[in-house]
Amino acid sequence: MSAALQMQGVRKNFGPTEIIRGIDLEIRSGERHAIIGPNGAGKSTLFHLVSGKYSKTAGRILLNGEDVTGLEPYQINRKGLSRSFQITNIFPRLSVFENVRCGLLWAMEYRNSFWRLVDTERELNERAAQILDEIGLLDRCDLPAGVLAYAEQRALEIGITIAGGAEVIMLDEPTAGMSHSETEGVVALIRRVTEGRTLVMVEHDMGVVFDLADRISVLVYGEIIATGTPEEVRASRAVQEAYLGAVDSAGQEVN
Amino acid sequence: MSVNQSTTTGATADGVEPAWKRVADEQMRRGAFSRTLPVWGAAVVILMIMPLVFPSAVAVTIMNQMGISIVFALSYNMLLGQGGMLSFGHAVYFGLGGFLSVHVMNSVEYDGWWLPLPLLPLVGGLFGLAFAIPIGGFSTRRAGTVFAMISLGVGELVAACSIIFVAFFGGEEGVSGDRTMGPPVFGFEFLSEVEVYYLTAGVVLVAALFMYLFSRTPAGRMANAVRDNEERAEFVGYSQRYVRFVSFCASGFFAGMAGGLFAINYEILTEENLNLVTSGWVLLMAFIGGVGFFVGPIVGAIVLTLLQTVLSNHTELWQLYVGILFVLTVMYAPRGLTGLVAMHGPALRSGRLGPLVAAYGVALVPLVAFLAGAILLLEMGNVANQSVVGESEAHVFGLSLDVSTAPPWLVAAVLAVGGAYALARLAPRLRDAFGRATGAAGGAP
Ligand SMILES: Nc1ncnc2c1ncn2[C@@H]1O[C@H](COP(=O)(O)OP(=O)(O)OP(=O)(O)O)[C@@H](O)[C@H]1O
Ligand SMILES: [Mg+2]
Repeated sequence: MSAALQMQGVRKNFGPTEIIRGIDLEIRSGERHAIIGPNGAGKSTLFHLVSGKYSKTAGRILLNGEDVTGLEPYQINRKGLSRSFQITNIFPRLSVFENVRCGLLWAMEYRNSFWRLVDTERELNERAAQILDEIGLLDRCDLPAGVLAYAEQRALEIGITIAGGAEVIMLDEPTAGMSHSETEGVVALIRRVTEGRTLVMVEHDMGVVFDLADRISVLVYGEIIATGTPEEVRASRAVQEAYLGAVDSAGQEVN
Repeated sequence: MSVNQSTTTGATADGVEPAWKRVADEQMRRGAFSRTLPVWGAAVVILMIMPLVFPSAVAVTIMNQMGISIVFALSYNMLLGQGGMLSFGHAVYFGLGGFLSVHVMNSVEYDGWWLPLPLLPLVGGLFGLAFAIPIGGFSTRRAGTVFAMISLGVGELVAACSIIFVAFFGGEEGVSGDRTMGPPVFGFEFLSEVEVYYLTAGVVLVAALFMYLFSRTPAGRMANAVRDNEERAEFVGYSQRYVRFVSFCASGFFAGMAGGLFAINYEILTEENLNLVTSGWVLLMAFIGGVGFFVGPIVGAIVLTLLQTVLSNHTELWQLYVGILFVLTVMYAPRGLTGLVAMHGPALRSGRLGPLVAAYGVALVPLVAFLAGAILLLEMGNVANQSVVGESEAHVFGLSLDVSTAPPWLVAAVLAVGGAYALARLAPRLRDAFGRATGAAGGAP
């Protein structure tokens, strides 16, 4: 199985503090990979490094075997990686419909063209509407995205991320702050839209993680201490000591 | 629950049109250009008949100036309103487009270049674009303060050059030309102001049309997206810098076009046309009109041109009034004059405008009193301030007032203070009436 994403010796310092302390991780093509770890472990920072938001202090990142280490976010996105944000990151003054449509434009090769009108492009608008249907926001399409309820904004965040049909999708805590039923909906949605694609996901909800993930990596204090199938990770002594143990006793998630 | 698990992404079995298809159709129908055709049609008619309604030479000159300002302000709003770029140096592209247009005009006259006059704005536009490309190349890297500061610096730089390079910019006198030396177009030689009016009107229409269309293209939509959230745009594949660059170039093109129109109308350009005053003026037009609306800059251009031409005939304080208008807009109506009108849309649609208008009517009396009082005070103050030169007669509203006596001051003060007090007392009631007229219409989800 080929690797969709390879991180080789990735490090990140903020000033004197080392936040990511040498990460080597391979995400296989087509797998659903969850990254778990305690608050402040560096999960979001790792996402920012991979997606090009932060520059790397050291190390290399390969996307489908191609070095993308020094590229800008938009260049990495064009190579087939799309990500969502832990803190909702949408276009607040644009309508919900336009938010999704913006997520589609580059992927559908509209680029910066100024000789085509978005309103005459049937396929573009139908795709956008289909995605809105998929994420359950069809009846909200005319509202400015900024006025949506929190859970709706989270759904839109996912919608923008998946719109372009990127091969590699990275979701940073897609279910954070959602009710139980909302979480169920989002899990089903993620399962559907990542069918046949590669998913990397940061998630705190162990139910979601063990439900969705083919493999799990445990990030603690800037280092990956274990990677494996859910069963392997559950069985890992190091993980239990460093991380899952706490969950185990608190939430009865692991037995 | 808002995040449902609907799986109805395809057509439903019983042949009913799926909901998403209806939404897509609705979005396309609403954005369709054909829906705006009545507006464009009305614009054509209005532009056609204006010189018949206002045939005087002065009126035609004013309307020509409005046309130039409309194109200029619309081009400015491609930066500020649509792209989120606050420029303090937009006159650079207007002025350079204009100067080069005059030089081309002179080449038509003296070097035998062949160029029909209606094409000159296009030439001005291309020159505006030619300067926007290199300047936009480095200034659109960031928006916000960085962009604003660079635009200011470039504006200052070009203005300084215009004084230094006398051969090109003509020094204090500027550069003048003669528009009538080109080949006649369908027999028109553009000797009269009315001929120039129709040429200007045509260019305004075409330029406005293309600027509107630009806002509906992928490049235009992404300009809005980058304005809203430049970071997110990068994560859907767009370089914020390049998106801004495209808008910047388009904006420079249309500003140059306005400069070409200016060259045609006035047949002279001076250093004033590209300095920071002109850059500030176009900002005022766009902002007072309303940068959040496509028509906003048009409204602003019309209103400020009227103030500049008509009001300046009546008072030397006209710039002060424009300044006050600007400050009031920033403080109380940040969406501009167009926003003030647009916010009554919900009330109009729900048919509750009537009581609101009645409430406004009541407020009209103290408002007029306040304005009259304030204007009297300002005008009399201005005369009193100049009394060293022996003048004590203030001419306001057709009255002659002796500012060395107390009564006019008393009356003005009473009007201003009384009006302001009554307005302040009425304000809660107005707000109430507005809330009642609007609330129920838009509130129910
Ligand atoms: N831009 C930054 N500058 C300085 N320190 C930062 C920056 N971003 C993150 N950090 C620090 O890096 C550490 C890791 O942060 P990060 O957001 O990656 O954690 P996380 O694993 O995503 O946590 P959470 O589960 O709470 O989202 C934290 O201690 C944080 O304070
Ligand atoms: Mg995080």
